[in-house]
Amino acid sequence: MTQSPDYTPANTPSARANALLKVMTDKGFVPEGFIQAFTQKMEVEWDPANGARVVARAWVDPEFRELLLRDGTAACEQFGYTGMQGEYIVALENTPTLQNVIVCSLCSCTAWPVLGLPPEWYKSFEFRARLVREGATVLRELGEDLDDDIVVKVWDTTAESRYMVLPVRPEGTDHMSEEELAALVTKDVLIGIARPRLTELASASQEG
Amino acid sequence: MDGIHDLGGVQGFGKVAHTINSDSYKPVFHEDWEHLGYSLTVVAGGLLGAYATDELRHAIERMSARQYFSAPYFDRIIVGTATLLVEKGLITQEELDEALGSHFQLAVPSNNGGRPAPANANSAPFEIGEQVEVRDEHVEGHIRVPGYCRGKRGIVLHRTTVSWPFPDTIGHGDKNAEHQPTYHVEFRAKELWGQGARDGSVVIDLFEGYLTRIDAEADQSDTQTPLTRA
Repeated sequence: MTQSPDYTPANTPSARANALLKVMTDKGFVPEGFIQAFTQKMEVEWDPANGARVVARAWVDPEFRELLLRDGTAACEQFGYTGMQGEYIVALENTPTLQNVIVCSLCSCTAWPVLGLPPEWYKSFEFRARLVREGATVLRELGEDLDDDIVVKVWDTTAESRYMVLPVRPEGTDHMSEEELAALVTKDVLIGIARPRLTELASASQEG
Repeated sequence: MDGIHDLGGVQGFGKVAHTINSDSYKPVFHEDWEHLGYSLTVVAGGLLGAYATDELRHAIERMSARQYFSAPYFDRIIVGTATLLVEKGLITQEELDEALGSHFQLAVPSNNGGRPAPANANSAPFEIGEQVEVRDEHVEGHIRVPGYCRGKRGIVLHRTTVSWPFPDTIGHGDKNAEHQPTYHVEFRAKELWGQGARDGSVVIDLFEGYLTRIDAEADQSDTQTPLTRA
C-alpha cells in the first residue's frame, strides 16, 4: 500500500453506501433515473399528510370510518395511498380510554404510503426496546402524559400488517373543515405517541 | 435467531431522543447518502429479484453485534444489501473492497438453511377471540417471533385475509416457503412482564406456524406444573 492515507476514502457509512452504488452501477444493475425517482417517492409522495387526510375523512364520514376499520387497505386505496409497505393496512381505533401505539421491535416496519418513512426515533434502539415493556412511561417521557384511566395498547409490527392509528376527534372541532381537521393529525399522532391537539393547527399553518 | 436485533423488552436503554410534535420530518433524509439504503435494496431485492425482504432482514440480523449497534440505520440496510449480493454471486467482496478503498465488512454467513413452517398439529386456522400460545422455540435461523412473547398466551384479535411466505423459510431464500395468514394476538402486559406491570397490552402479528391451540386438558395440566410457567 503506497497510497497516502489522505487519499484513502474513509470507511464511513457514506463511503460504504457510495461504494455499493458504484459496484452495482458498474454491473449495470441500476436503471437510469431509478434512484432519483424512488428518492422523490420517499421524500415527497409518502407523507404523513396522507394518513392525516384518511383520518380527517373518517372523522367526518361514518361510512368511510366503517370501511377504514374493516379494510384499511381499501380505504387508503381510495386516496391512492397504496403500494410498497401499504399492501395490508390496518387502522387502530383509539377511544377516550385506549391509546394505540405502533412500534417495530425487530427492525423498522412502517406503513410508508400513509405515515411516510419511519423517523429516527422510531428506529432507535431505545424505542424498539422499551415501548413494548413500558409504553405509558415512554409516552410520558416523549411528552404525552396520559391519565391513569387510559390503557396503552402497543402494536408490534412483526409481520406484514402495517398499522395507522385512528385517533379520537378532539372536542371543540365541530366547526372545522376536513382540511383543518387533517392539520391536527401529525406523524406522531398517526404512530400513536401523541393525541391530537387543537394547538397543532396554529403551528401547522405557521409552517405551511 | 436469538440476535441482538430482537430488542423488545431489553432493559438498559435510556430515553427516546424525541419530543412529541417537535419535528416537521422534513427533510426526510439527513445525510446525502441515506436514500441509497432503501434505493439500492429496492433495486437489488425488487428490480433484480435477488432476494426477498425476509432475507434482507436476516442478513441485517447476521451482522456482528458490535457492527449492528455501531452502524446507523441506513448503513445496516447497505451492509445487508451488499452481503446478499455477494452471497448470491452478483457482486464480489473484492469489488466492494476496491470501490471502498478499504475492507467492506459484511454480515456473518448463516450457519443454517432455515426451516419449513412447523407441521400443524392443531387444526388451524385459529378463531377470533381464541386463546393461543406462542411456540416456545429457539430457532437458529431467521424468525419473526420476538423473544419476549415466546411461550406466552394471548387472544386472537384478527386473522389476515392475505397470506405471506413463512419467514423462517423465505428468509433463507427458499421460494417453496408455505404461505400462511398471520394473527394479531393480544398479550396482557402482566402475561409478558409479570404481575408488577402496569395494565396494558401488546399486540403481536404472528404467522400461523408460530402458534399453538390451547386445549382444555393441556391447560389444566399446565397450571399443575407452575415451574414450567413461572
